[in-house]
Amino acid sequence: MAAAPADPNGVTAMETIEQLHARIAARFPGVGATVVLNPGPAAQHSLLIPAAGARAIAEFLRDDPELQLDTCSNVTGIDWPDREVTETVRRTVTEPPPADTPAGTVPGTRVVEEKVRRAMPGHLEVVYHLYSVAQGHGPVILRLRTEDRGERVTLPSLTPVWRACEFQEREVYDLFGVVFSGHPDLRRLLMWDEFRDHPMRKDYVEPDDYEWEPTPHDRVLTRAQRHYPAPPAGSGDSATR
Amino acid sequence: MNPAPPLSPAGASVRAVQDPFHGDLLEVSMGPHHPSTHGVFRMIATLDGERIVRLKPVFGYLHRNHEKLGENTSYLASMPYTDRLDYLNSMTNNWAYALAVEKLAGQAVPERAEYVRIILAELTRLLNHTCLAGFLLQDTGCSGTPLMYAFREREAILDLFEALSGSRMMCNFQRFGGCRLDPSPDWLAAAARLVERYGAFLDEYEELITVNEILLARTQGVGVLPAALAVNAGVTGPMLRASGVNHDLRRVDGYGLYPRFPFRIPLGAHGDTYDRYMVRMLEMRESLGILRAALRDLPGGPVFDPKAKLRGFRPKPGEAYGRIEGPKGEIGFYLVSDGGPNPYRYRVRPPSLINLTVLEDLCLGHTVADAVIILGSIDIVLGEVDR
Repeated sequence: MAAAPADPNGVTAMETIEQLHARIAARFPGVGATVVLNPGPAAQHSLLIPAAGARAIAEFLRDDPELQLDTCSNVTGIDWPDREVTETVRRTVTEPPPADTPAGTVPGTRVVEEKVRRAMPGHLEVVYHLYSVAQGHGPVILRLRTEDRGERVTLPSLTPVWRACEFQEREVYDLFGVVFSGHPDLRRLLMWDEFRDHPMRKDYVEPDDYEWEPTPHDRVLTRAQRHYPAPPAGSGDSATR
Repeated sequence: MNPAPPLSPAGASVRAVQDPFHGDLLEVSMGPHHPSTHGVFRMIATLDGERIVRLKPVFGYLHRNHEKLGENTSYLASMPYTDRLDYLNSMTNNWAYALAVEKLAGQAVPERAEYVRIILAELTRLLNHTCLAGFLLQDTGCSGTPLMYAFREREAILDLFEALSGSRMMCNFQRFGGCRLDPSPDWLAAAARLVERYGAFLDEYEELITVNEILLARTQGVGVLPAALAVNAGVTGPMLRASGVNHDLRRVDGYGLYPRFPFRIPLGAHGDTYDRYMVRMLEMRESLGILRAALRDLPGGPVFDPKAKLRGFRPKPGEAYGRIEGPKGEIGFYLVSDGGPNPYRYRVRPPSLINLTVLEDLCLGHTVADAVIILGSIDIVLGEVDR
């Protein structure tokens, strides 16, 4: 077997992300994959692909004889909540001419900078790290984004392409709340089935009665009092007293 | 797959279920508290007579949302938490995490630290595979004796770890840019002595076990994993190589200074439980070769990059996925930085969990007693599976 590669990312020579992007764009016209550059020193760039073409692109990446990305090493989610960004916008304004200007003078213009606050809608992102065992190269990183951060956001499952995604997509469903359409067995993986929320979302709030005690005391009592309204007098409900 | 009846609730151990194809079936819930599951793991096996027709693993009994903890603490504060993932192999967990952060921040590592990391990682591999060989025999019903032989040697390695890091199992040893402490000459001499006599232990153990008729009968041809399925299902580590796939990240990625060390990669021919056992026994002998070379050639110099920043560590925005060949397979960390002191996203790629993807495929058609051995040969640690 060949000696190890000198590439800092530890991969053998493979086409660059731009070449791969061009090939995908030629193969799937109108699908609209984009390259997401990684500004950090790791320089592991990724491909953002739309949900509609994800299955076809994944099968292409797996079956292409040059790439042969036969295994999916890592699947995970990232939560990007709604946020407000402040942008500096440059605008050209026409200055009203001073009162004593003779008629017919071209009014002067000037550039003003304004700070504009804009709401950026959030989304959930699922990241796939693909490697080739046959050729020993990788990673090719795929990203899929949901439209918003709602309760039933759906993305296509890549488990039919790589079995390796089976448990990991279940975990993303469990902890982030992304529903994978086409997954053979989409159940919660780590939390119990009756659990309602998705703990890895950034806005997740731990429930008060996480460790419910019949007679709460100390910290749990303070939290319980904050959460539950005081019972009517004489109701005899000792649990939330 | 058969149209399956809903899984039994937790607590029910055995119940009768109906299936339109098989007729009367028996559903056996093993675990979460069962000696053969190596921790709090539960499998729900549906039996037709004595044969398994369906097997669903149930996870989460040891879940503490390790990834959320990682997002709520600084980069360095996660290092001791990584010890608790695969608590047999804290040294390799530390290395995988340090490697990912070093990639994220573009941090260099001194040569001596790379050697120390290789020495500790190969000692960890010895430790893990020795434990596995002991537990596997325990699972076949050979109660006690082989496990005690294995644990005697494991304890010798743990003594080395304790002398170096202060803790037997929760070593918390690697830092971003090197190692926490420099091994003393005495420690290196003790490690060299252990390496010299470990071969004799392996010979002794193999003489007892490897050609043992009961082990052969129980493991050969049991739980065969085809190579194509193994690759597609993301199986890594000795389990993948037992199916005959030549894939070892020490060779493929060449991380650290592994390209300097010649070693052979043992491959299985059948992908059965016996191959998974045998590949690990052979890997230990290769590890001894790497250890001898690393202890012989260990260069001088610092074990920690003096320019590396420990406090106030804030990598630039970006992301990185770093992975190493842990004793159980590919252990990787995926980190996203937004420029703050905590990782924005901290993800562990747990080899134990992903290797379990094929558990049902391996167990179909076998008996419950075989499922116990198959699970043992996959080599899981629940601290890592459930995180």
